[in-house]
Amino acid sequence: MANDSSERILEVRDLVKHFPLTQGILFKKQIGAIKAVDGVSFDLNRGETLGIVGESGCGKSTLAKVLMALERPTSGSVKINGRDIAKARGGELKRMRRNIQMVMQDPYTSLNPRMTVGDIIGEPYEIHTEVAPKGDRSRRVQELLEVVGLNPDHLNRYPHQFSGGQRQRIGIARGLALQPEIIVCDEPVSALDVSIQAQVINLLERLQNEFNLAYIFIAHDLSVVRHISDRVGVMYLGKFVELGKDTEIYDRPAHPYTQALLSAVPVPDPEGREQRERIILQGDPPSPANPPSGCRFRTRCWKAQEICAQEEPLLQIRPGTGHESACHFAETHDVVHVS
Amino acid sequence: MSNPTPPVGPGLPETQTLVPDTVTEPAKQRAGKQAKAARSASLWTDAWYDLRRRPMFIISMIIILILLIMSFWPSLFTSVDPYNARTCDLSTARQGPSPGHLFGRDNLGCDVYARTIYGARNSIVIGVFTTLITTLVGGLLGIVAGFRSGVVDTVSSRLTEIFFAIPPILGALLIAATFRGRANSIMLVIIALAVLGWPMTFRIMRAAVITAKNQDFVIAARALGAGAGRIMFRHLLPNSLAPVIVVATINLGTFIAAEAALSFLGVGVQSPDISWGLMIADARNRFLEASLPLVFPAVFLSITVLAFIMMGDAVRDALDPKLR
Repeated sequence: MANDSSERILEVRDLVKHFPLTQGILFKKQIGAIKAVDGVSFDLNRGETLGIVGESGCGKSTLAKVLMALERPTSGSVKINGRDIAKARGGELKRMRRNIQMVMQDPYTSLNPRMTVGDIIGEPYEIHTEVAPKGDRSRRVQELLEVVGLNPDHLNRYPHQFSGGQRQRIGIARGLALQPEIIVCDEPVSALDVSIQAQVINLLERLQNEFNLAYIFIAHDLSVVRHISDRVGVMYLGKFVELGKDTEIYDRPAHPYTQALLSAVPVPDPEGREQRERIILQGDPPSPANPPSGCRFRTRCWKAQEICAQEEPLLQIRPGTGHESACHFAETHDVVHVS
Repeated sequence: MSNPTPPVGPGLPETQTLVPDTVTEPAKQRAGKQAKAARSASLWTDAWYDLRRRPMFIISMIIILILLIMSFWPSLFTSVDPYNARTCDLSTARQGPSPGHLFGRDNLGCDVYARTIYGARNSIVIGVFTTLITTLVGGLLGIVAGFRSGVVDTVSSRLTEIFFAIPPILGALLIAATFRGRANSIMLVIIALAVLGWPMTFRIMRAAVITAKNQDFVIAARALGAGAGRIMFRHLLPNSLAPVIVVATINLGTFIAAEAALSFLGVGVQSPDISWGLMIADARNRFLEASLPLVFPAVFLSITVLAFIMMGDAVRDALDPKLR
């Protein structure tokens, strides 16, 4: 156990991010809050990948921003190697940023169009001057280009001279520059062609093995997440509804929402497709400004009963399941494989 | 969680190199080759490299250079000194072009060519300095207001709205008339026009910065730990400069023309001082009888404005890597 906790490099506890809704121009009055992230806890070990899935607007990207200290959490803690980045300020925050970096979703907007690739990848060294001495920087940038599979001679080119996949590699090289232990990937392949997606995913996996990186991998594509993740967390309206090893989540999902999500994954087998179970959810997700009482999923759940409205199900290991889920009536049910 | 936690530091142990040695070798060789062969590019060096090859930039710079020489050493271009009243002859008022007086003579019988050459200084000084001041003040405040938002933005935006509410000519008239005699008239015109002109640049810069600052590359820079200065001047400024350059170069002509309006209203440059605006205002009444005294300073004014607009366009294009 002692060994286990020393491997743990990221500890997120009861993370809450509410965006206030205000009214009035001069005298602003708070009339409510968008509960984008509402009580999320998880751990991340060195070299591990935690996939986070969920539909649009469930708080995945807000979670990424809070982890990166781009947004201050309303409450809760994000401890990297035991230090809370959410409370760090100034120089300490800057030092801590060296340990957690991100790869962004859209390779077309995440690179400054008016900077050369050399400047973009070299910027981390200009900000953190202690990482690399000045004369060493251009060599390091070229090494990074080579590591992500780009021609190191293209240092003086501008982002628009590269394709989407190449740009995403540039973004990954920028994330690697400071040699972080954790990389937050916020939908890193969603904007790419399928063939390029595979290349970028393979690159991310190779880099993980080479540098022992830990990934938080956010996506809405379940098959991509399954491919790369060791553990998967399923989010719904700002909360984790299920968290477990990828095989547990995909083969033995316990939460009705996860089951519904998995049943929507396309199956490339025309015969199995016929007899497969499809769970079609009714309606839209409720507004995060005014989530339902008790279980947040109850308004769209076919298992919902009285208790779901009164008592909020906690994320814990339920009887008959091997991993954590937040449902009063959790039971494993394989929806992907045809019975 | 009682066990001690390692300090936050470089992610990997110092001994571990970023790249396996097999990969570094060719990279090193290539890096060495590159250091010898190529220049290290950045936006500004690339833009300068590009500008020197743009005909539009070269032509506009030649025109601007000639105009500057004209402002500093007008006697190189004409032997007639229009500030000397004896060179004017009332009996030859509004005469057409003649040898020695190529542009003809104006209402007072003075040589239009010499006056146009000597008028360049005041007009160009007013145009260039007013543009510089409005662009610097409005641009800097615009970046800060757009980037900081919140109280800074609210206060400075309301302040510009107050300036927008003042009718420009009336406001400039008021400023110039109030401080008349305390400073030289050229400086007064520059100050009056700049005070009323900067809110325009401010607004354009602020709007461009607000658009730019929500883009992912700015968020990425913040995630790297970049400070406010780096974000404003490395990321926001280059990406919001284009509209400001265009407006500034167009405004340059507007300021030269506004100086004429102020002169006409009795503040600003006054006879016997010479400026293009003043010449145009003087020649306006007798335009049907003698058009040349109006046409020549107007043509010079247009050429000046055009040269600066061309230069602005070339600079703007050179600062956009996609257009190179």
